[in-house]
Amino acid sequence: MRLHLADDDAAFRDEMRTFFTTKVPREIRDSVARGAELSRDQYVESHRILNAHGLAVPHWPVEWGGRGWSELRRHIWHEEMQRAAVPQPLVFNTTMVGPVIATFGTQEQKERFLPPTANLDIWWSQGFSEPDAGSDLASLRTSAVRDGDEFVVNGQKTWTTLGQYGDWIFCLVRTDPAAKKQEGISFLLVDMRSPGVEVRPIQLIDGGHEVNEVWFTDVRVPTGNLVGDLNRGWTYAKFLLGNERVGVAPVGQTKRVLAAAKDHARSVELLDDPWVSAKFAELENELLALELTALRVAANSADGRPDPASSVLKLRGTQLQQAVSELVVDLAGRDGVAAFAGQESGVAEWARRATPTYLNLRKASIYGGSNEVQRQIIAKTILGL
Amino acid sequence: MDFTYDSEQRALRDSVRHLVSRAYGEFENRRKAVATEPGYSEDVWRALAEMGVLGLPFDEADGGSGAGPVEVSLVAQELGRVLAPEPFLGSVVVAGGLVAAVGDHAQRRVVLGAVSSGERVLAFVPSLERSPVTSARADQGWSLSGSARTVPHGAGADQLVVAADLPAGGTGLFLVEDDADLLVRQGYPLVDGGRAAHVVLAGTPATPLGDPVDHTAAIRHVLGGASIIAANEALGAMEVAVDSTVHYLKNRQQFGVPLSRFQALTFRAADLYVSLETTRSLVAWATMVLAEHAEDADQVADAAARAGLKVATAGRHIGQEAIQLHGGIGMTAEYSIGSYTAHLTVLEQLFGTGREHLASLAAAIGDHAEGDPLG
Repeated sequence: MRLHLADDDAAFRDEMRTFFTTKVPREIRDSVARGAELSRDQYVESHRILNAHGLAVPHWPVEWGGRGWSELRRHIWHEEMQRAAVPQPLVFNTTMVGPVIATFGTQEQKERFLPPTANLDIWWSQGFSEPDAGSDLASLRTSAVRDGDEFVVNGQKTWTTLGQYGDWIFCLVRTDPAAKKQEGISFLLVDMRSPGVEVRPIQLIDGGHEVNEVWFTDVRVPTGNLVGDLNRGWTYAKFLLGNERVGVAPVGQTKRVLAAAKDHARSVELLDDPWVSAKFAELENELLALELTALRVAANSADGRPDPASSVLKLRGTQLQQAVSELVVDLAGRDGVAAFAGQESGVAEWARRATPTYLNLRKASIYGGSNEVQRQIIAKTILGL
Repeated sequence: MDFTYDSEQRALRDSVRHLVSRAYGEFENRRKAVATEPGYSEDVWRALAEMGVLGLPFDEADGGSGAGPVEVSLVAQELGRVLAPEPFLGSVVVAGGLVAAVGDHAQRRVVLGAVSSGERVLAFVPSLERSPVTSARADQGWSLSGSARTVPHGAGADQLVVAADLPAGGTGLFLVEDDADLLVRQGYPLVDGGRAAHVVLAGTPATPLGDPVDHTAAIRHVLGGASIIAANEALGAMEVAVDSTVHYLKNRQQFGVPLSRFQALTFRAADLYVSLETTRSLVAWATMVLAEHAEDADQVADAAARAGLKVATAGRHIGQEAIQLHGGIGMTAEYSIGSYTAHLTVLEQLFGTGREHLASLAAAIGDHAEGDPLG
């Protein structure tokens, strides 16, 4: 057992810390730290700075820009990025469609898509969920029917995060309606500028526009945009969703938000309140336990296979992320519900954002496999129940 | 950063596990051991001594084997797994730790030599704010007055290590022999079958451990380290409580199916697993802090509070749910699971409660922006 990072890993951490705090523009990092919405341009600018320095897709195969880092280094990279309030490289590109194309795509697809995906020249959206296919994703109905060297796609996707910025969308579509539900699904890449694709905004309970419905009406997609084998899409989707062990729990980010909350507590003279200080101590301790668990998972793995430990990180990580946002609501008091009061109101910005953020983060235990799905995985896969 | 045990540590763990599971793998054996005095198996105690376990943390010059906190923590985990009632924590880790920290050369050699060989069991008597022990110079040396309740193995111990307020201020440490005059010890079993005593000192003759000077810092340091070792014992107990509960859900049939068919139950088992694994991470970290920053009292105290708070929270969660998921059988003394809950409760009360740890962490919350476990 050893507490400290090995010298070279510690040097790596310093290097990451210096990079993230000096190379990514202050205004972008300040926006993230304040919890403000980023513009498309800000996402792209930050992403491209990372990519230019080999820091956007370090986990990809080396020939496509990967770095061959250990999982511990990837963990450090991820934590330092969050700590410095650098926006994560767009996950739809880097941890979702990129690894699927790199693993299952043709050489032609790799050459065509991977470099612009790594550089966010293509902004990818995710087309998985449907109105009747949430946790039960395999019951999806959007169809793709072969017509010569094209598929004709019809149906509706939903919860498409930042779909309003999307250039392309990777979709799970039903290509064999007769097969058992997991077996008739394919993984298809669709240009969102194709005729028949329509993006409609969904307004959320925090007042923001973050997710969308994407409608497909007789959209024609070249068969060359099919990834992997026909009707094997479910396998690729499982690969995509179970691919991550690193960065599953937003530890660095939640720590940063909790540290900022201490300043907020000071500003309203509540840090010495017994309930508040106990709440901080409790959350800080649970976050420490989670951070150490994430380190354990990262430091002790080599094989890169999907790991059910990810479910522990997802479940606990989102619980704590939500709990911290709840504490900020408690600190903000009545100012915390003045969401739309504006700058001139005199209500502090952090307080105005408190309740919208709290409401927005209810999503965290729903997306990416709801926490009930994670409990199911833990019970079945780890405990054998 | 490395959370794994090396091959020697794993070998130590395996031999201790082999020994204690032969003794207490059948829960009935543990029930028998705690039903008669001295409340544990002298055979097991002897075997632990022969294996070198009782001298593990002490210097070789003092009759020990000079191992570190990681080795000691592994022993504690194994004892926790079977609820071994032997006085390892109280005698070796706490009282032995105090002798090692402040005893003079001869005291360390004689006392720790006898502890390591299993001939002598020690108990630590604290001086608490609400029931202080005081010391005074007497004709032939020193005498102690005061009392302490619920001193683990206080009645059966061969020698007491007593903390007492010094006439000039501060807290000193003293050795009291088991046949000392004016010493009354009333022993009783604890809720988990362990042993403790009400110890009354009424001008009892005592010998200073080391010099009769203020040892407050050393006491805080040793007790901080001991509560990290106790957290490891609790971790071992929680591991088995979760395993047993999962096993029970798979095998117990109701409504014609195993309980594992009911999602209301399996989801709760999943939450137990999350509690257990996050606790394991924090306890391992605290043990590494103890191993690598043994000289830094503040760091040890902080790690002890963090591990203690987590263990208290998880111990209650796991202890309560383990009984609930077992149903009625979990309420019986004959079946082991309830005793795990009882033991976790005892460990928390004796080594720092969640409330105390939370209060100390809350008091320091403004001292830092965020924590960094890698130091």
